[in-house]
Amino acid sequence: MRRGFIAYIGGRLLQSLLVLWVIVTILFFLFRLAPGNPLAAYIDTTFNQEQQTALMARFGLDKPLHEQYFIYLGNLLRGDLGDSFRYSGTVLKQVLDVLPNTLYLTFTSLIVAYIVGIIGGIFMAARRGTRAEKVGIVFTLMTRAAPEFWIGMILLAVFAFNLRWLPSSGTAPAGKIYVDEFEKLTSPLFWRHMILPTFTLALYLHGLPLLLMRSNMLEVMDQDFITMGRLAGYSERRLMIRHAARNALLPVMTALTLGVGYSIGGNVVIENVFGWPGLGRLLVRAVSTADYPLAQGAFFIIAVVIVLLNFVADILYGLLDPRVGSSDQAKAS
Amino acid sequence: MLPQTQKIEQAAASAPIYQVRQESFLMQFLRTNLEVFQRDRLALAGLIILVFFILVAIFAPVIAPYGELEVIQEDGIWLANEKPSERFPLGTTNLGRDIFSQLVFGSRSALLVGFSAAIAVSVIGTVVGLIAGYYGGWVDMILMRLADVAFGIPFLPFIIVLAAFMEPNIWNVVIAMSLLLWRDTSRVIRSQVLVIKEQAFVSAARVSGANNWRIIFMYIAPSILPLSFLYGSLAIGWSILTEASVSFLGFADPDVVSWGFMLQDAFASQALSRGAFYWIVPPGLCIMLTVMAGFFIGRGYEEVLFPRLRRL
Repeated sequence: MRRGFIAYIGGRLLQSLLVLWVIVTILFFLFRLAPGNPLAAYIDTTFNQEQQTALMARFGLDKPLHEQYFIYLGNLLRGDLGDSFRYSGTVLKQVLDVLPNTLYLTFTSLIVAYIVGIIGGIFMAARRGTRAEKVGIVFTLMTRAAPEFWIGMILLAVFAFNLRWLPSSGTAPAGKIYVDEFEKLTSPLFWRHMILPTFTLALYLHGLPLLLMRSNMLEVMDQDFITMGRLAGYSERRLMIRHAARNALLPVMTALTLGVGYSIGGNVVIENVFGWPGLGRLLVRAVSTADYPLAQGAFFIIAVVIVLLNFVADILYGLLDPRVGSSDQAKAS
Repeated sequence: MLPQTQKIEQAAASAPIYQVRQESFLMQFLRTNLEVFQRDRLALAGLIILVFFILVAIFAPVIAPYGELEVIQEDGIWLANEKPSERFPLGTTNLGRDIFSQLVFGSRSALLVGFSAAIAVSVIGTVVGLIAGYYGGWVDMILMRLADVAFGIPFLPFIIVLAAFMEPNIWNVVIAMSLLLWRDTSRVIRSQVLVIKEQAFVSAARVSGANNWRIIFMYIAPSILPLSFLYGSLAIGWSILTEASVSFLGFADPDVVSWGFMLQDAFASQALSRGAFYWIVPPGLCIMLTVMAGFFIGRGYEEVLFPRLRRL
C-alpha cells in the first residue's frame, strides 16, 4: 500500500477521534444546561433533604462540574454510559436492547432505497431530456420535501386503519415477545411489522442514490471510452448497463455509508410514528421524561455510528480515488 | 458531507463563478437572479409558491374564518370532530378548532422559521467560509474542524435535545438548526474564496492599501453572494422540515399553531384510525410545497452558477 495512503487514513482516524471527543464534550455540557434538577421527576415529594442528597450522590450530581466531566470521560472510555434515572439497569443495556431494531430498519430500508435508486437513476439517465425524466425528478424531489412522518401517517391511515392489511405499531402483536434476535428475524410477524416503516424510510432515502446515479451516469456517458464503444458498434443499452453503470456505481456506494449515518439520525421521527422500539424512540422518550443519562447514551451511540461511518466513507473514497494521498492532493488541500 | 455538497465544493474550487468585468459583481448577481427565474421554470414555480404562502401569512387574519386556537361552540357544546362542510371547509379538530384556520395561520410560523433560519445559515456560513478561505493556516484548520464536528453531530437528535432544554419556542429551534446547518455553506464558500483570493483584483486591492477586512467584505464577499443565496434557499426547505419534525415529536411551543403541530395534534387525537384525511393531508401538503419551493429555487441557482454540474 502507498505510504501516502496510510498517512491519509491515519490522519482521518485521528480527526474522527478528535471530532468524537468534541461531540462528547458538547454533549456533556449540553446536558448540564438542562433545566431544573435532573432528579426532580425521580424525587418523591415526601423525600426529606437527606434522602435527596443521598440520591444526588448516588448519581454523582453533587460533585463540581469539571470533576463530573472527567468522571464522565473515564466512564465512556470504559464503555460505562451510566444508569438511567427512570429504568433500573444501565443505560448501555437499554441502548443495546433497542439498537438491533434500529439497525434492522435502517439497513433494510437502505438496501431497498439503493436498489430502487440505482435502477431508477440508470433509467432516468437513459431517458434524458424526456418528459418522463422531468416527472421522475419532480417526484423524487417531492419525496425528499415531504415530511417522513406525514407519509408514514397517511400510509398508516390507509393500510393499517382503513384496509387493516398491516399492523400499525411496534414489532410484534400485543402479547407476543420474541425470545431472542434469531426468533425475531425468522418470524414472519416481525417482517410484517416492518413493511410500513421500511417503505416510508426507503421512499425518503431513495432520492439521494437516484439523483447521484443519474448525474454520474450522464457524466460517464460523456467520456471517451463510451464514445469508443459507440463507434465500435455496441448497443446503447449494453453501453449503459455494462460499461457506464459500473463506473457510475462506485461513488454511489461511497455515499451509502454516509446514507447510513444520515438515516440513523433521521430515523427518529419514523420510529416514533410507527412505535418502533429503536434508538430514536428511546431518545425522544428519554428527553421528554428528563432521563438525562439515557438520552445522553442514546445520543452518544448515534453519534458514534455517524462518525464511524463518515470514517469508513473517507477510507472508501481514498481506496477508489488514486489521487488521494498522492502529493498533488496534499497541495490542493 | 452530502455528495451534492461535495460536487458543488469541487466545482466551486475549480473556477470563480464571476469574472472581473466592466460590470460590478453585484450587477452580475442581479442578472443571475433574473436568469434563474427566467430560464428555470421549476425555480419560477418555487418563487410563485413562496409568494403565495407569504401572502397567505400576511393576510391570515382576513382569510381565516376563526382564530387558530379558538374553540368553536354552539349552545355550549363544542363542535368537535366536525366533517368538512360549508362552515368548516376542512372540518374541526377533536377540541372543536377550525382546521382550515389553523392551516392558514400555520403558514406564519413555517415562513418565519424558514426565512430566519435561511438568513442565519447563510450569514454564519458565509462569514465562516470567507474568513477560513481568506486567512488559511490555523484559522482555516480550526474552522473547518468545527465544520467536521457539525457534520458529525446527529442533526435531528441535537435539535430535539436543544429545543427540549431551552424554552420551547420556534426561535430556539431556529438557533439550534443554525448551529449546525452553516457547515455546507461555509465549505462551499471557502473553496470559492480560495480561488478568488488568487485573482488579480484582490492583489490589486492589497497593493493599493486596503486592509484585510475591507478586502474580504468589499471585494471578495460580493463575488460569492450567489452561493450564499443558493444555500439560503436550500435552508428554507430543511428548516421548515426540521421544525415540523420537532413539533411533531412534541418539543415545540404548544401555543403556536404550526403545520407540524397540527399533524402532531391529529396523530395524538386518533385522526388516523378515524380516517380523518381532511385533517391529516392538508398540513403535510403545505409543508411539502414550501420545502419544494426552496429546493426548486436552490436548483435554479445551481444550474445557472454551475452549468456543468447540471447539464449532465
